[in-house]
Formats: sequence, structure tokens, C-alpha cells
Amino acid sequence: MSSSAEQSYQPASFTFTDENLIKAKAFIAKHPDGRQRSAVIPLLDLAQRQEGWVSLAAMDYLAGMLGMAPIEVYEVATFYSMFQLRPVGRYHLQVCTNLPCMLRGSADIVETCEKELGVSLGETTPDGLFTLSEVECLGACVNAPVIWIGDEYYEDLDVESVKTVIRALKRGETPKPGSQKGRSGAEPLGGQTTLLTPPAEQQNREGGA
Amino acid sequence: MPKLTIDGREVEVEAGTSILQAAEVLGIEIPRFCYHERLAIAGNCRMCMVEVANSPKPVASCAMPVSDGMVVRTNTPVVAKARRGALEFLLINHPLDCPICDQGGECDLQDETMAYGQDRGRFAENKRAVKDKDFGPLVKTTMTRCIHCTRCIRFITDVAGVPELGATGRGENMEVGTYVQKALSSELSGNIIDLCPVGALTSKPYAFTARSWELKKTESVDVLDAVGAAIRIDTRGNQVMRILPRTNDDVNEEWLSDKSRFSYDALLRQRLDRPYVRRDGKLVEASWAEAFAAIVKRLKGVSGQSIAAIAGDLADAEAMVALKDLFETLGSPHIDGRQDGAKLVGPRGSYIFNSGIAGIDAADALLLIGTNPRKEAAVLNARIRKRWLRGGLTVAAVGPKADLTYRHEDLGDDPAILAAIADGSHPFSATLAAAKRPMLIIGQGALARPDGAILLGLARKIAEATGMVSPEWNGFNVLHGAASRVAALDLGLVPGPSGHDVEGILAAAESGEIGFVYLLGADEIDMARLGKAFVVYQGHHGDAGAHRADVILPGAAYTEKNATYVNTEGRVQRTRLAVFPPGEAKEDWKILRALSEALGQKLPYDNIGEVRARMAVANPVFGGTDVLEPAPWGPFGAEGTPSSEPLVSPIDNFYMTDAISRASKTMAVCTATFVGCAHERTGTHG
Repeated sequence: MSSSAEQSYQPASFTFTDENLIKAKAFIAKHPDGRQRSAVIPLLDLAQRQEGWVSLAAMDYLAGMLGMAPIEVYEVATFYSMFQLRPVGRYHLQVCTNLPCMLRGSADIVETCEKELGVSLGETTPDGLFTLSEVECLGACVNAPVIWIGDEYYEDLDVESVKTVIRALKRGETPKPGSQKGRSGAEPLGGQTTLLTPPAEQQNREGGA
Repeated sequence: MPKLTIDGREVEVEAGTSILQAAEVLGIEIPRFCYHERLAIAGNCRMCMVEVANSPKPVASCAMPVSDGMVVRTNTPVVAKARRGALEFLLINHPLDCPICDQGGECDLQDETMAYGQDRGRFAENKRAVKDKDFGPLVKTTMTRCIHCTRCIRFITDVAGVPELGATGRGENMEVGTYVQKALSSELSGNIIDLCPVGALTSKPYAFTARSWELKKTESVDVLDAVGAAIRIDTRGNQVMRILPRTNDDVNEEWLSDKSRFSYDALLRQRLDRPYVRRDGKLVEASWAEAFAAIVKRLKGVSGQSIAAIAGDLADAEAMVALKDLFETLGSPHIDGRQDGAKLVGPRGSYIFNSGIAGIDAADALLLIGTNPRKEAAVLNARIRKRWLRGGLTVAAVGPKADLTYRHEDLGDDPAILAAIADGSHPFSATLAAAKRPMLIIGQGALARPDGAILLGLARKIAEATGMVSPEWNGFNVLHGAASRVAALDLGLVPGPSGHDVEGILAAAESGEIGFVYLLGADEIDMARLGKAFVVYQGHHGDAGAHRADVILPGAAYTEKNATYVNTEGRVQRTRLAVFPPGEAKEDWKILRALSEALGQKLPYDNIGEVRARMAVANPVFGGTDVLEPAPWGPFGAEGTPSSEPLVSPIDNFYMTDAISRASKTMAVCTATFVGCAHERTGTHG
């Protein structure tokens, strides 16, 4: 991990855009005086949204902004796998390969992604549009298998629906997130099967009102 | 106060004490890796587990505060099993490379493995490998050995105040390091070597040179700054292999600055190991008799008024009293032990660190005058930081802008500010006056300048006006840079009636009025101004003084003699002979005693006991060691308006301040790394 700090792709400097600076100040203002450093995680996220990843320059910039030692920001940023410390493509496809997804065919999903994009796990396409990586459990096992792209989960995938999603992204469209089988949330296919009527008024066990 | 039972023995300790500390009161040792009594508690190594009655699981004793009626057991099978488990986990990724590890023989992990280790491992997978980090020229890393106790991180962040180390990544990928490649810039970085319980951080200069069990250990004190830190000199044969700190809570706690720790390689370099005499413009080797004969010849029939002596920064008290006595017998009033020109003379209270270093812990307001304690006394600066971290200490500085590792108000570097503080017109004088234990620290940057006496007078006014001086508290503190200075002043190595001080001696040598100058280890004066004077240099390193000398008398370095030094607090301490002086070099007072005999003015002492008795006559403080007596107070300093010359620190390169550290290769590398090459000596230098 630490090796990314010495790479040539690290930009020389970083500053928030005016718009993000306003957001950053709002995050900082949520914390009492002397505790501004508590805003470091939302600010790292904001930096990642601006740059696409979190550069060393961005971490140093945040350290200055929050009155922290740079190493303290590095510690936080390296702890959370959601912060990308090296450049990633515009669409970062993070495929879950943990047990439930694996049982529901994540290996096929990975293979399809690799074929569609022409890159292996951990690589970025030459046009810089896609990065494919493998992640640990995304916590959406009920809708396995799952890919996480940007702010959205794509669930209930199979080979065909993965192709559809990737091709839509390639065309610059935003495919509909969530279940690709048309489920609503984690409901059974075809809709709710229980709790179809409003709950009866709660009964007092002791009797009476 | 809560009372608890540990292993069937009752103990009463203060509330907030941890179980581990309470057990220590009873003399029960609990194994630990991450816990260290001078660092914040982390509780992550899980080695210190003990059983507490009514607790379902063993608890980490370092992080568990005691409570009344607690029943603790430290030697049950459950405890042993828990520790065995913790140790087994630590050893999963720890390499079994003890035979090639410098920590071998003094390794906490090795020792605990002897007690709690298993005879076979159950982990068949590969151990993890971690890339080594480059922490600069002093600390060698083998990060695969790291067990993530985080002691080094806590030391660098909290004690040294230079937050550069951290733990990046998590879980199996966690690594201790700086993340971005850089050398640790702390002056105290060597201490993380001592703190590391395994061989992850070891000493780079000491690497693979010795094993701990082949070293002879001599307890001594450090003289490379005026703090007088307690040290242990580890030697093999007649060579100093390394220097480590000893615990002395009143002075250095258990820390040591990098200069004091790593300059020892200079003890073998550029040494003066035999007398030299200048013949036809060239220094040639000579015998002691020839060297003395040259001096005797030069001094024959010369009046005392035209000879002078200057004692340098590393001179010991025994040599200085002999020098003073010799020059008194020769009739010379021109003697000075303040080669930097510090305007210090007067009651003892005017030139020592009156509150004591431990007194910093009680201070609640601090004014720094013309000093950068981080460079001049790194360990003392850590003490100020420790006090500041506890809260309730206001610090302000009149002097050079510097990062002192604690927040302080920078009042500027104009000496006129001192006058304003003294007459109460500056806002900070109210802060000082309101404080219960106000303190000021005045450094040599203020005192070693032409108007030093005026600044000293202003400092006294500030001290008296803000209530720093009372029968139970004296917050007037002088921070010295040289180990010899306080002893020189205690022994009266100041010009006699109508005598010249250093500046006067140099001027008189330039004009030819003084034709003979004796330098007792004085290297930091302007040698060019010695003019045509005949110069005798007595010292241990071939530095500026030796280059200029007409006769060189080889003396002993601080590791090679039993000698007395007085630190900036006025604490009388003794160094001990760890190795013998090289070649024909001799202990310094003996050289002066022998020279006095050659001059026909035999000094009245024949052994070190008699010299010390003579010192005690000159000043009763030399009657005992390691005691701090309240020092007499009285008028001192001068009236007047100081010049507007800004106040600066006398040290611009922490790593090279004296003949020893200037000869050190390690310090040269540090200088190149941290200060830049501006101060490095080149082939054409001097």
C-alpha cells in the first residue's frame, strides 16, 4: 500500500473546488471547536469524489485544513479500503466474491467482466474508463451476486445482466441500479408474500385497553 | 484509595492506577510489550493479561484501572494460557532470525518466549514480509520483525512531539512507518531503538558490531550538552561500542538526545594520542618531556600579565581547578571559562537552572529568552513539552522563531520586548505575574553577546517583578549549552582583578600584549585572533584549537576519565572511566599537575581525592554529588538599554556543537540529512 506514495502519478498539488470547499466547511462546522479533525472521513470522501481517488497531495491538503499531522490522515485513509489511494477508472467495478456471492455465481460474473472489459482483476482499461476489482462482502448477500459501481449496487446479477450493465456504462448511460431481476429491495421475486394486510391493533396481554 | 488483593497480597494504591502498576508496587512483574510507563497506554499486545475475580475473561492489566476490593491473580493456569496464546499470535508473523538480529540477547520478545513460548509452532502458512523503511541515518529498520506495539509511534508523537510515525493499513497489512519516505527529524529519535521491544528498530551505527553480553557497562553522565543526562557506556576491550541512557527522573527521565547517543564513533577519530610540538611551522610528534620543555622555555621570565588561559566546553572541573591554580601561581589574572563570552558572573543563583529540570513539571507560565531549547537541550525540551501536554502551561518566547514541539506565543526577537516585560507594559508580564509558579529560561543566545549583562539584568528584573523568586520557588533559569560552564563559574574561572575575559584575551593576543595562551579544550573561539601568541592546546580531538596550537598536550575524553561535571541545574555529577585514553593521552588534571612541576610551581595535590578536596574548598557545592541546593540570590546583571540586534540561538546545527560531535561521522551524515551541507567540512576547510 505504502508504495503508492512514491508513484509518479501523484499530482503535485490539490485544492478543493469552490463548490467542494463550501461543502467541506459545512462538514467541519458540524464538529465543536478543537474537534475539527473528526471531519476527516467525510472530507477524504469529498476529495475522492473530486479527484476520483485520494492523492497524497489531497491528504496533505486535508491535514493542513484540519490541523492534523499528515501521517494521521494517511492512517485513516489507508485503514478504509473504500478510499482509493491510486487512480481508478471513471467506473470502478467492485465485484463481491465472498461466500454468498460465490455460491450464487460470482466467479461467472468476474469472468464476464474480464471478457467484456478486456482487463483482469485489479486492472484499469487503457481508456481509463473502467477499473475492475474484487472486494470483500458488501453486505447485500440477500441479493447476491453484487457489483458495486460508484454510489450504486447492482444486484441479482447473472452473465447477461452484467453484460447489459457494462454495455450501458460504455455508452455513457446510467443503468438502473438495484436488483437486475426486477425485485424491489430484498423482496421475493414477484412481490411481497407476507405482511400483506396492515398490522392489527396491538393487543394488551393483560387484557383491557 | 482503593485497596486490592494481588496474588493474595493486599496493596493500597491511588485511584486510577492500573493493575499492572499496582502489581509493580508489590514487586510482581507482569510481562508486557506495548505498555511503557512513560508513554500513553495502548493495550494492544495482550501480553499483560491477568485474572480478575468475577470477570469472565482475563483482562489486560495495563489498561484496567484498579477498584476497591478487586481480587487479582497473575499466576493461574488461565493467565498462563492466555499469555501463551497472545505470544503464539505475536510469533505467527515474527521471523525466527534471532541469530542475525541485533536485538538478540536484550529482546523482550525473546525473553518472554523463554517464559511463555511453545516448543513448536502450529502455523504452517507463510509468514508475512514487510518492506523495510528508511528512517534516516540513525535508526535501522527490519519491519518484518515489528509486532505493532506502537511504542515508537507514541514516543515520536507524544514525547518527541514530531508526529511523523504512524500505523498505516490495517489487519495483516498494517505497517508502522512514515508512509511517505522521510528520515525522522526528531532530535530524540534514537530513543525508539530502546523502546522497541523487538529487533524491528535497531541502531544503525551500532549494527552488527557487538552483542549485548560481551559489553562492559559503565555508568556515567553525558557532557555533549549541559543537561548532564545519565548514560551507560557500553564498551568492548578499549572501545566504546555504544552509549545508552540511564534512568534519572530528575534530569533526563530515560531519554537521550541523538547527539549524545550517536557521537561515540568520534572517540576513535581525529584523536590526539601523543604530544605535538610545532617546529618550523609544522606540528611534529614529541614526547611529554619535550612538550613540557617547549612550554617551560617559552614561559621563562615571562610576566603573569602576558599569559592567559581559556577553558572550553568539555573541560572537567578537576582540570579547571588545576588550570586556575596554576595560572594564579604564575601570576596571571587572565583566565576565563566562558569561551562563548557569556556575561555570567555573580551569585550562583544568577547562572544556574534554579528550579531544576524536574521543576519544569511544576511551572505554569514560561518565558523563553534567546534560546531554542529543542536544539540546545533536546531532553529538557521534551520535559517542557510533557508539562505543556498536561495542560495549564503558557509559553512565550522572545528569541528565534522555532518549532519547539509545543504551542508558544512568539513575542518577537527584539531585546526591547524584555524591557517592556520587565516594566510591566507588555501583556505577557501580567500572565507571568498571575502564575503561581512562573519561570523563565534564558539561553546563551541572550547572554553571549556584548550586551549580555544588560539582558541578564532585564531577566533578573522580570524574575523579581513577576514573583519568580521566593523562598520556596526560584523560576529564574539559565540554560547552558556547555557541560563545563557551571563548574567553571563555580570554581571562579573568571578574570581576576584587572584580568581580561575571552574577548579581552583575544584582543590582547591580537595586539601582542598577551604572548602565551593556554587552551583547555577551547575550540570555539576565533583562532585567527590569537595573533602571534604561543598557543598550548590541551584536549582530546584535533579540532580548531589543535590546528592553531604550538604545543599539543593530549587529554582524555569524557568516557576516559573519572571527572566532575556540573550540569545546567548546578547538579554535581561524575563521569566514570569506561575505557583508557588512547596512546599517551592522560587525564586532564594530571597533565596540568605535571606541567606545574615542570614549571617549578608544583600544585599541592597528588591524587584525585586531593583535587576534589581542593574543589570543595574553592566552592562547597563540590562537597557532594547529585544534590540540588537552593542557590544564593543577589544583585547581578547590568542596567542599560540593550542593542536592537535580534536574539538568536547559539546553535544552528544541533548535530555538531563541540570537538567530539564535529569529529563524528554519524553526526556528519545527520548534518547532511537534516541541516543541509552548508556546515559540512570540506577538504579545503580550515
